[in-house]
Amino acid sequence: MPAHAMFRPEDIRFEVDVDPLIAELTRVLPDEGLIVHEAGRRAYECDGLSAYKQLPLLVAVPETIEQVQTVLRLCHEAGVPVVSRGSGTSLSGGSLPHPQGLLLAMGKFNRIHDIDADRRIARVDPGVRNLAISEAAAPYGLYYAPDPSSQIACSIGGNVGENAGGVHCLKYGLTVHNVLELTVVTMEGELTTIGSEALDAPGLDLLALMHGSEGMLGVIVEVKVQLLPHPLTKAVLMASFDNVEHGGHAVAGIIARGIIPGGLEMMDGAAIQAAEDFVHAGYDTDAAAILICELDGSEAEVADQMTAVQDCLREHGATRIQVAEDDEAKARFWAGRKAAFPAVGRISADYYCMDGTIPRKQLAYVLRRISELSAEQGLETVNVFHAGDGNLHPLILFDGNKPGQLEAAETLGSEILQLCVEVGGTVTGEHGVGVEKINEMCVQFATSEIEQFHAIKQAFDPAGLLNPGKAIPTLNRCAEFGRLHVHNGELPHPELERL
Amino acid sequence: MSGKDQADALVEQVVAAHDRHSPLSIVGSGSKAFYGHATPGETLSVTGHTGIVNHEPTELVLTARAGTPLAEIEAALAEQGQQLPFEPPHFSGLGTLGGAIAAGLAGPARPYAGSVRDMVLGLRLINGQGELMRFGGEVMKNVAGYDVARLNVGALGTLGVITEVSLKVLPAPASTATLALEIPASECHPRTEAWLRSGRPVSAVAHDGERLYLRLSGTTSAVADAVSDIGGEPLPESTARAFWQSLRDQTHPFFDPSAEPLWRLSLPPGADLTPFGTPSLIEWAGQQLWVRERADAHAIREAATAAGGSATLFRGELPNVSVFHPLDAVKMRLHQSLKAAFDPRGILNAGRLYPMLEAA
Repeated sequence: MPAHAMFRPEDIRFEVDVDPLIAELTRVLPDEGLIVHEAGRRAYECDGLSAYKQLPLLVAVPETIEQVQTVLRLCHEAGVPVVSRGSGTSLSGGSLPHPQGLLLAMGKFNRIHDIDADRRIARVDPGVRNLAISEAAAPYGLYYAPDPSSQIACSIGGNVGENAGGVHCLKYGLTVHNVLELTVVTMEGELTTIGSEALDAPGLDLLALMHGSEGMLGVIVEVKVQLLPHPLTKAVLMASFDNVEHGGHAVAGIIARGIIPGGLEMMDGAAIQAAEDFVHAGYDTDAAAILICELDGSEAEVADQMTAVQDCLREHGATRIQVAEDDEAKARFWAGRKAAFPAVGRISADYYCMDGTIPRKQLAYVLRRISELSAEQGLETVNVFHAGDGNLHPLILFDGNKPGQLEAAETLGSEILQLCVEVGGTVTGEHGVGVEKINEMCVQFATSEIEQFHAIKQAFDPAGLLNPGKAIPTLNRCAEFGRLHVHNGELPHPELERL
Repeated sequence: MSGKDQADALVEQVVAAHDRHSPLSIVGSGSKAFYGHATPGETLSVTGHTGIVNHEPTELVLTARAGTPLAEIEAALAEQGQQLPFEPPHFSGLGTLGGAIAAGLAGPARPYAGSVRDMVLGLRLINGQGELMRFGGEVMKNVAGYDVARLNVGALGTLGVITEVSLKVLPAPASTATLALEIPASECHPRTEAWLRSGRPVSAVAHDGERLYLRLSGTTSAVADAVSDIGGEPLPESTARAFWQSLRDQTHPFFDPSAEPLWRLSLPPGADLTPFGTPSLIEWAGQQLWVRERADAHAIREAATAAGGSATLFRGELPNVSVFHPLDAVKMRLHQSLKAAFDPRGILNAGRLYPMLEAA
């Protein structure tokens, strides 16, 4: 495990007297609600980023909001850190346990309380799986739009914490655009609601602030989401390009024509080959890149857009265009893209999935640099990405059994993220910072900005007990990483001592 | 691109005010001076800080300085066949980008195209200590750090001076049509839902007490199909545009400024509108209700709370009535601590949002 990415001394500064806490928590959490033994805790030692493991001090599995409130209040009084966790699918170590902390496992909060079909609002527990909301809404002709790739497993509370995205986000927005209201418990154990069923709520937009806050501002105990009517029609087409740059220009061309597709995804040659070998979707394995485009809406809209998109793809040099003739073909076109990660899993012992976002016009340059950086590290990289919004997911192939390869993969990942910042993008599009990208935050943000983040954190959680050591780096960490964002050639706060 | 960068001068003024512990009242064109509580202090004018910094039509992103007039931004977008989806009110016609973001107010398309904050990708902000910072960016997806950019939408300058904003912009629709229909106000919500579920490209729904006005925006054939199927009276294009603009900018006769106070109610979908009295003007298919009756403020707030919404005293004053809907104790404490986190000396737009914020 790379030492630099885990907890720093200031993140593990807590003085915990665990026995009295266990005694009090046992009264609150009967039966299996408190896990103390190591074997039980071991099940929670990592999330979707399995290279990082950490045994929690204790695991609490509450069943009621009152229990969550009491657990937080007791931990607050005892000065014990708390990490909340849903399905544990975070790819950035967002729910990695804290060595001195209690892990609050929200898995029993898994009920869909209400599908209000007339008003298109679903009221659900935070542990409900993303896809389960759409499944429950389907009989009413409704669905929940944000669809992260992990939607079959990931929980809605975690989606809020990471502001998760997915294929539909260019047109239908991220989690933040589709959540109406949250019920939240503060670190002190107080309950409040944020947002409302109305289109806006009074005061500061705390709802926006909670999204992507990675469990550091409060614990979510209920979520109300907006549902959308199923589009009446969907069309899916796939275009081949003999170089990635043409594909990138085709994406820009579609948008320049005023069309916002429901989904617009790209795969490079290596990803096409891996996916085709895995699902036999009929992908063009001679292509350097393929673009999968989904158009949705009324029949009239989709028909108008299909013509325009095909014209545009041809203008931009598409070597082949395939239109899905029926639902089975639509599903097949998508199957390879959706299975790209497991497909890559078949061709490489291990892979490391990165997440960065760039202005789309930089696509060709960034892909070229990724391939150069990969060569320098002696590793291969496969690229699948959300072409519509510039969100890249390079998959770095490595073999964890070969000495040095994990470290090389991590170095390459960090270099790719820094490249994203260099071209005007960001170190994380939708996976969160967690522990994975905390060093690269030092590249993207200036000292004053990082200090402002800490001040926000302190406003919600003065003792710094919620998910410490994640998402927002300490200035000491940045100094050690050796990267502070430099504005106009001047180091911010030159008067400060650097380690 | 054009314009003038006065960020350094703005920073200097904030630093000086911070050092002196003296309040600043942030002002753009003053088009929304009526909105929120009165703010003491020396004027900090953002109107000289202007210009579109970047517009990438194929990236759907526009970045401009805060003092840039909305009209200039909308004209630049229109040249590329694009628009601000949230239709910010211009009120007097002079509104600036910074003011639109700080106020967070959106026009008729809001329920169908998204809110102001939904379209904010990033911004630059001077906090109460005079530090100029950048949050978010110019890309669609970005979860690095807390979402300070969206937090500042609607904060009315209480957390910082917005100096530059990056927005997601969208293509202007190929076709738009407005129908006037003889449908009672109580039918706004169910009728709109039926249209949406049958794939009609609804982009605004309002009711003036007599007729329901439905705007459709989308591809040419989708709008034409909807117009012929739904029926009603199609409004001439110029009449329709003037009507929606009169709602957006509150120049419609309903908004006669001599008849203050004006309440804005933000309500859940399908809410019963009858408890709020008349006359009223209904927007957002019933989710935004304007009430001009000089009613009992307490009763209006109670009714809004009971409906699951909120009530803002949008224009005009009433003795001992807070402009904005009261917050519960936990949220008020969070508001106070957030204010202190951005502006520890309480010098920026003091009291404009909630006078109590300064009490921390």
